[in-house]
Amino acid sequence: MSFNLNEFLKSLVSLTVSDYLRQLWGDQLWVGLVLDILGVVIISTFCLLIVIFLIWLERKVIARIQQRIGPNRVGGRYGLLQTVADVIKLLIKEDITPMGADRVAYWLAPFLIVMAALIVWAIMPFAPGVIGVDLNIGVFFFLAISSVSVVSLLLAGWGSNNKYALLGAFRSVAQLVSYEVPMILALLVPILLARSMSTVSIVAAQTVPFLLVVPLAALIFFISSLAETGRTPFDLLEAESEIVAGFHVEYGGMKFGMFFLAEFVNTLFMSGFFATVFLGGYRFFGLENLVIGDGWAVGNLIGLVVFFVKMFAVYFVYIWIRGTLPRVRVDQILNYNWKFLVPVSLVLVMVTAVLDKFIPESFSAYARAGAHLTANVLIALVTIEILRAYARRQRRLTGGDSGLAVTAAEDHAHQETAVHHEPAAAH
Amino acid sequence: MIPLSWYLIVAALLFSIGLYGVMARRNAVAILMSVELMLNAVNINLVAFWRYTAPDRPVGLTWAVFVLTVAAAEAAVGLALIISVYRRRDSVIAEDLDSLKN
Amino acid sequence: MVEQIVFLIISAFTLTMAVIVVTKRNLFHAALALMASFLGVAGLYVTLDAGFLAAAQLLVYIGAISILVIFAIMMTRRLMQTSEPAFNTQAGFALLTAVIGFGVVFWVFYVFRNIWPLVPDTAVPLASKPVVPQEVLQNSVALMGRAFVNPAGYVLPFEIASVLLLAALVGAIIVAWPKAEDKA
Repeated sequence: MSFNLNEFLKSLVSLTVSDYLRQLWGDQLWVGLVLDILGVVIISTFCLLIVIFLIWLERKVIARIQQRIGPNRVGGRYGLLQTVADVIKLLIKEDITPMGADRVAYWLAPFLIVMAALIVWAIMPFAPGVIGVDLNIGVFFFLAISSVSVVSLLLAGWGSNNKYALLGAFRSVAQLVSYEVPMILALLVPILLARSMSTVSIVAAQTVPFLLVVPLAALIFFISSLAETGRTPFDLLEAESEIVAGFHVEYGGMKFGMFFLAEFVNTLFMSGFFATVFLGGYRFFGLENLVIGDGWAVGNLIGLVVFFVKMFAVYFVYIWIRGTLPRVRVDQILNYNWKFLVPVSLVLVMVTAVLDKFIPESFSAYARAGAHLTANVLIALVTIEILRAYARRQRRLTGGDSGLAVTAAEDHAHQETAVHHEPAAAH
Repeated sequence: MIPLSWYLIVAALLFSIGLYGVMARRNAVAILMSVELMLNAVNINLVAFWRYTAPDRPVGLTWAVFVLTVAAAEAAVGLALIISVYRRRDSVIAEDLDSLKN
Repeated sequence: MVEQIVFLIISAFTLTMAVIVVTKRNLFHAALALMASFLGVAGLYVTLDAGFLAAAQLLVYIGAISILVIFAIMMTRRLMQTSEPAFNTQAGFALLTAVIGFGVVFWVFYVFRNIWPLVPDTAVPLASKPVVPQEVLQNSVALMGRAFVNPAGYVLPFEIASVLLLAALVGAIIVAWPKAEDKA
């Protein structure tokens, strides 16, 4: 097979260049190896470079929310090059290892956390047919890798030989390990509905986006993903005002930069993952399968754009929440998880499984979605009613109507009342 | 072309290393870690036999998952015991815990 | 050929890390090596087309058990920093036992080498992985899931495993709970 410019351009438009080159060069070992490595390099580079943009975006949006202007000096009116300057500053800093540090752990931690943050992108379906590898256990793979990244926090905390770092690491691990439970349970719901753990199949199953089918699962997943990425209101891992900067207090220069980078890459991944699992990924009313003329599959490009729009919409919500909510206390964070999120998600998984079993196969996708939606709304109403009764009893017991008397962690409204709490220093 | 026996030999080596650790280490946590190595060796065998002899029936995988479960339970209880012993006896050295001896 | 090289690298890594686990005196480093060893075992599962188990290995062994181990090490670390020997007096005997144990297993392999061949490319069975369609391997997770809830399958062990986990959960909490007088 010889090179054909037209075919090549077609494959370029449909984002399947690698398949075309595979055909062109034959099915040899080195071809696969080179193309795979190229793919890995492209995705990793994309993730690492987009962070520069993400940091700028975050600072700018937060500034707008707080009625400031944000970066506006370096790189024109909008301060576009501010992050580049910051990165250069980080890169030329001295590379310090603190006294008495456990060198192996201290050096391993930043590499591990970036590796874990990048490796999960393998299962992200960017557009139809554009995915690192369509594992049949895709979602589970993501969960496994994200549980491994917890290890690097422990390494950093222990390796730094600093009490704040160790305290921060303990906090982080407690938080991350706890919030993994509702996250897994919430992800089980779309897995149940799609009857597959592969991300591609989950996207394919979303005739109705799962956000509209199981909004409760989406909400639980979103809250626990906030905690998993350590963002406000769950940013106890860093909590500058309490434990300096948490587990990475002793890190400087680019090693600190790697923690920072991993945090942003993780958040972007979570946005993309939310878009994939609950918003239908690259699907957009069938436009993603559009083919023009004799095989110009522009639909894939549309799918890519749609995916990015959805991903950044979710990412914007993350920033928005960061600009809105204060930090919660460490006991609230665990109570909220174990006494509220986990029970609700368990009930949700059970109800979804049973309901899905009893809906006849002959039902259309829309009827099925409606049934699940009704169940979700019912569960939400019952939960709110239980919470209200509980809060009422608490108020009666304490004899006052002060919002502080309510066990705040169990009250949805506590996030507003949390402002009144002093920052807890003694934990 | 990997014969089944390669997996079995690796598993046997891993098991022997774990066995040595269980018998030779003094620290209870280290002993527990060695036990985990031995459990892993067993799992390699189960999965290897599944893949080579019955890939269409999930028997080996199923039992590997059970081993995983037992390992998790064992680690949780074992480490809780170690912490408890440390609180009472101020030691996690297996040989110091000999109050049943005399 | 490539397959063999990958296998050898992974197993050499796993075994080296396992040796570090049982010999290193610094327990924290031993725990790190333990994680690396678990990672190697997960790699072996991948070479055996058991991706689900590999992910479960990461989730359970590295994400949970190793972290528990590290927590235990940190909580008892005052004793870890003493310069006591890592091995007890029977270490030599233990080494001998381990070597003999491996020798016996190897001898058994050798005796039955026609069934479990040591040399690839021989005409005997199990010299290489049986070729099965990709769908069968992909489907193995679903089959396993059904076997867990099938009365003719493993529903009883499955239920017992869940009871075991619950018992371990409760037991671990009770055992590690500080007594009232300890708190004072």
